[in-house]
Amino acid sequence: MKQFDYVQPKTMDEALASWEPGASWLGGGTNLVDLMKLGVAQPQRVIDLTRISDLGEITFQQNGSVRIGAMVSNADLARHAGFAQHFPMVAEALLSGASGQLRNMATVAGNLMQRTRCAYFQEETAACNRRTPGAGCDARDSDEEARALLGASPACVATNPSDFCVPLAALEAQVEVRGVNGTRQIPIAEFHLLPGDHPERETALEQGELIVALHLSAEAARFARHARYLKVRDRTSFAFATTAAAAALQMEDGIIVEGRLALGAVAARPWRVAEAEALLVGQAPDAALFARVAEAAMAGAEAPVHLEWKIDLARRTAARALAMAAAGTPARLPALPASPFGQQNGDLAHV
Amino acid sequence: MSLFISLTLNGEAREVSIDDPRVTLLDLLRERLALPGTKKGCDRGQCGACTVLVNGRRANACLMLAAGLDGAEITTIEGLARGEDLHPVQAAFIEHDGFQCGYCTPGQIMSAVGLIAEGDAGSDPERIREGMSGNICRCGAYHGITLAVQEASRRMAAKDEGGAA
Ligand SMILES: Cc1cc2nc3c(=O)[nH]c(=O)nc-3n(C[C@H](O)[C@H](O)[C@H](O)COP(=O)(O)OP(=O)(O)OC[C@H]3O[C@@H](n4cnc5c(N)ncnc54)[C@H](O)[C@@H]3O)c2cc1C
Ligand code: SF4
Ligand code: FES
Ligand code: FES
Repeated sequence: MKQFDYVQPKTMDEALASWEPGASWLGGGTNLVDLMKLGVAQPQRVIDLTRISDLGEITFQQNGSVRIGAMVSNADLARHAGFAQHFPMVAEALLSGASGQLRNMATVAGNLMQRTRCAYFQEETAACNRRTPGAGCDARDSDEEARALLGASPACVATNPSDFCVPLAALEAQVEVRGVNGTRQIPIAEFHLLPGDHPERETALEQGELIVALHLSAEAARFARHARYLKVRDRTSFAFATTAAAAALQMEDGIIVEGRLALGAVAARPWRVAEAEALLVGQAPDAALFARVAEAAMAGAEAPVHLEWKIDLARRTAARALAMAAAGTPARLPALPASPFGQQNGDLAHV
Repeated sequence: MSLFISLTLNGEAREVSIDDPRVTLLDLLRERLALPGTKKGCDRGQCGACTVLVNGRRANACLMLAAGLDGAEITTIEGLARGEDLHPVQAAFIEHDGFQCGYCTPGQIMSAVGLIAEGDAGSDPERIREGMSGNICRCGAYHGITLAVQEASRRMAAKDEGGAA
């Protein structure tokens, strides 16, 4: 690991003042410290944000919207009773990610900012445009499975590995960021950038800006009775998604009034398609409908021959997530959150 | 750089000097504080061998910078037993053959203590397996581990009720 200078500011002003080019913000360290050990991240200064107390709170407003401080841990957010009741698929996605230990350490902001798991990105000796602009991309002609099927570019085919961000995209969360020039809000759909010619630009954050909070609106809670996250993995638990989907429906008298669908692990950001969601409106839940919606959500997907199965798997994951959402949110999360295995049923939530 | 941090380590107040910010909690424990019970498997958060409790919650010591831990309360495997009295999780691991080579065991036990304190799994074997999935056992002692955590969880719940009555 390269040597660095470590600071632990107590206030936001101190934190902003301690930033300089080449510095990195530190949350739980579960991604940054790992990448520093690999030599992939080499910050000259590490600014630990975990002691800034106003970043650690979950606040429900009178109107039912919620503001989640950037340093709230993934575990605390998933287990917050009010939060899990209003936004159950976000809790389910969080609990399907990483491990019990890692979720205790990982923060909301760190999860949003986590880097791709592309094996060539993590291998210092491989060519990677995201790590070293202009170096080339060793993943493109490889058998890497964590490869984007949508929104990729000749420069980079990496995916965003976050589970948390998938339901956040479906629910149109807002990211509150702050820099020396003040505070602004970025819709989650604009937060993660597609690679284009500049895969090294990963998010809409400007130099020196940091995430202070995440917002979910009161309206996003209207899906709470029919909202599920489904994650297909190489092993039952403690693995990144091969494919994933967050599905949320608002139902009245057995008819879908509005539907949301975001796909995970298929692009450099959670993937949402308005035309696919529009197909749900006014319909009764039905397997054929969900298959059509999944097909539309994956429109334009491309994969090398050895990964064509992943397009099919992503469609099936989406269709099944929609069917699970239609069946209803369970009152208690299943023993295996977001898993295609194990007991799915049980009492439904009537929130 | 020279930095002093105060820790409560296995119940004892300690002042620890950190001369390099790169030192992880895992290396601090093993290399500098003579507590080698916490194991290093992957050093990347992937195996759980380094699990300790930080402020009562389970965490991977290999990904924590020690410099950030001023004021923290740390419990390692060395701090669980009370003299000759094993912690209920330790006792249950022995009774149920929750290990073979033993390398992953300190991490498994600390993770189980953390999981039981979280209170989500109870003695449901499926929830225990899911909750313990951050701890890999190369010997495949998972069956015994699950039985041990079930047993310890039941005993600790019974004791809590007994205490409250
Ligand atoms: C073995 C393993 C398995 C995992 N499995 C999964 C999984 O299945 N699903 C999943 O979704 N994730 C998984 N993860 C990833 C994990 O969710 C992330 O590592 C974690 O969420 C990062 O949060 P952190 O607080 O530890 O971030 P850090 O490591 O502290 O930081 C990560 C990045 O965010 C930046 N950052 C931190 N705070 C801020 C801020 N306030 N503003 C701006 N930038 C900031 C840092 O500079 C850094 O670039 C896994 C990780 C590991 C190690
Ligand atoms: S796919 Fe992107 S992250 Fe992976 S090696 Fe290519 S440029 Fe790097
Ligand atoms: S050594 Fe920490 S998780 Fe493997
Ligand atoms: S007992 Fe050998 S690794 Fe678990």
